[in-house]
Amino acid sequence: MTDVPVRREKLKSSWIFRPGVRSAVIQILLVALVVLIGWFIYRTTRQNIITQRIPIGFDFFWIESGFSISQTLISFNENNTYARAFLVGLLNTLFVSALGVLFATVIGFLVGIGRLSQNWIIARLCGGYVELIRNLPLLFQILFWYLAVLAALPGPRQSFTFFGDIFINNRGILMPKPMFGDGIGIVAAVAAAGILLSIVMTALARRYRVQTGTALKTWPFSLLLIVVAPLFVFFFLKVGVTVDRPELKGFNFNGGLRIIPEFLALLIALSTYTAGFIAEIVRAGILAVPRGQTEAARALGLRRSKLLQLVVVPQAMRVIVPPLTSQYLNLFKNSSLAVSIGYPDLVSVFAGTTLNNTGQAIEILGITMLVYLVISLVISFVMNIYNRRIALRER
Amino acid sequence: MKRSTILFSLALTFASAGAAQAATLDDIKARGSILCGVSGGLAGFAQPDDKGNWNGIDVDFCRALAAAIFNDPTKVKFLPLTAKDRFTALQSREVDLLSRNTTWTSSRDTQLGFNFAGVIYYDAQGFMVRKSAKVSSALELSNTTVCTQSGTTTQLNLADYFRSNNMKYEAVVFNTADEVIKAYESGRCDVFTTDVSQIYAERLKLAKPDEHMILPELISKEPLGPLVRHGDDQWFDIVKWTLFAMLNAEEYDISQKTLEQRLKSDRPDVKRLLGIEGNYGEQFGLTNDWIVRIIRHVGNYGEIYDRNVGEGSRLKIDRGLNKLWNKGGIQYAPPVR
Repeated sequence: MTDVPVRREKLKSSWIFRPGVRSAVIQILLVALVVLIGWFIYRTTRQNIITQRIPIGFDFFWIESGFSISQTLISFNENNTYARAFLVGLLNTLFVSALGVLFATVIGFLVGIGRLSQNWIIARLCGGYVELIRNLPLLFQILFWYLAVLAALPGPRQSFTFFGDIFINNRGILMPKPMFGDGIGIVAAVAAAGILLSIVMTALARRYRVQTGTALKTWPFSLLLIVVAPLFVFFFLKVGVTVDRPELKGFNFNGGLRIIPEFLALLIALSTYTAGFIAEIVRAGILAVPRGQTEAARALGLRRSKLLQLVVVPQAMRVIVPPLTSQYLNLFKNSSLAVSIGYPDLVSVFAGTTLNNTGQAIEILGITMLVYLVISLVISFVMNIYNRRIALRER
Repeated sequence: MKRSTILFSLALTFASAGAAQAATLDDIKARGSILCGVSGGLAGFAQPDDKGNWNGIDVDFCRALAAAIFNDPTKVKFLPLTAKDRFTALQSREVDLLSRNTTWTSSRDTQLGFNFAGVIYYDAQGFMVRKSAKVSSALELSNTTVCTQSGTTTQLNLADYFRSNNMKYEAVVFNTADEVIKAYESGRCDVFTTDVSQIYAERLKLAKPDEHMILPELISKEPLGPLVRHGDDQWFDIVKWTLFAMLNAEEYDISQKTLEQRLKSDRPDVKRLLGIEGNYGEQFGLTNDWIVRIIRHVGNYGEIYDRNVGEGSRLKIDRGLNKLWNKGGIQYAPPVR
């Protein structure tokens, strides 16, 4: 075979039409535009700040705050700095979001599966729930729980009482708080170590099962590590327990553990609202598993529980997880609606009270945006890792 | 119209630096109206009626400015602002001034970059409780839940007062005055706290105002006044001297009723005030008859007080400290000379 010389006609065209040049030019222009806008923002902000003589910087963080906050996960009083107020607000936001994600997931999965139930009533009830919850504005739902439900509870003196020690009134839910003596830290450390060991053990057992096909019973050892060992240490070290009971004193209850109504209203509204969306995602995920898969599993003689556990759920999760991530992000960002009912979240405490008392609008809003952005990215990151683990691996 | 702090902050970053150089008075004249930041709905201070007309002492102050500049008190645009948004709105030039029952404090005057033009209302913070609580003094409020508004001096005074008296309390903080009074009415709180004038106004919103009482203790000084941004002394002077003009007019017995007669007065100080003699007015870029315009269209301090919060209003708040200095109060304006 001989080479046939091919005469290539060199296309003569202007360099403007060359794709490489073109895309480079467009990209350079885009970058220049972004830089220009950035510079413009920087310059006008600087100018405005100078003409109005507003001091800028982050020194305000170390000033005594002088206000109090109704729910604090770490101790906080008027003598503490704005930096600590920021932390209190951030923790409150994270706390309500984390619990919200947990409850929304549980309710969402139950409702989503329930909607596919053979039982007509359960299916319709779950369908009704989704349609009702999804189609009402979230702010309205928060205000409903707060002003129409929780505020309608009786005052502290007329509280509903359960088991003599749990009180429910319009100031929230009060319950006895266990107070542990010295050494509880060691007990907690033992329990934590137990959990860690159990996880490692389960992973090893799983690998053994994959290699040999023999399943090992691990749960008795887990029980021993997580429950029995800490209990043993607890009694061995004679860690005492006292109970701090709520007591009506004057206007309010003193002592005990109290869940404030703002928190409850927000948590209920966020979880039920997001659950409505998660339910639909779960339903879609399950329906996305081809019928043939179920039939094949049944043909292999798998029990219904094994069928769900080994065939349906793993495949459904691949469809469920990506949109589920957006719902978690939504819930987290929606938690900032807390400000409308006086729940002391990051927006209320930091972008509200702190901003107003210090006047550092640009710094504070910048930090607040950054915090929401970073946490959202972390949630996405974690969910992406999970997604990658359950994704279809083609071998 | 409700705007958020975030929008105002964006304005602070985007608003053209060129415009920042122009004098506020020139901006107002070019625009044809004053942008006045007021409270979102506080009886006696700033509240729209069912026809959308704004009423109140803070509102009348802005009308007086419009009367002085344009000889037309209607050339004002009122922007209702929450306590939380107000400062950012002023900083970002969304409004020309705040006339929004705002307490004059050192940090607002310096750190936030504002100038207070004087005191239009001497107020003090008080407490309202239910009569059924059987409390007669604020010192009995230990272990209570208190509803208050975010971003106010109230929130800080509250903390100071309970702290210095070693009393335990829980503060529930809301964004708007409406949310605060609703939470109090629903029973979420035992105590409602804010400036006394505001308590009077908010009490009218309750279903049964008679079942609530204001405790005798006043826990703070709350001098409320209009404020402007740093950096424009001419505009600061105009706002300041408009307030003084209304006080001086009352002192010299110049009211809407007596204006025509006082214009014929021989007294040199009255003549100076009304612009018949001298150039008081042109000194800051207005006309010499600017006070005549204010009185004709809006009235003197005593008149706006009476009409909005005093005997002529629903609130019926005693003038107390807000009487003129020669009548037993502390309202005092520097002389015109």
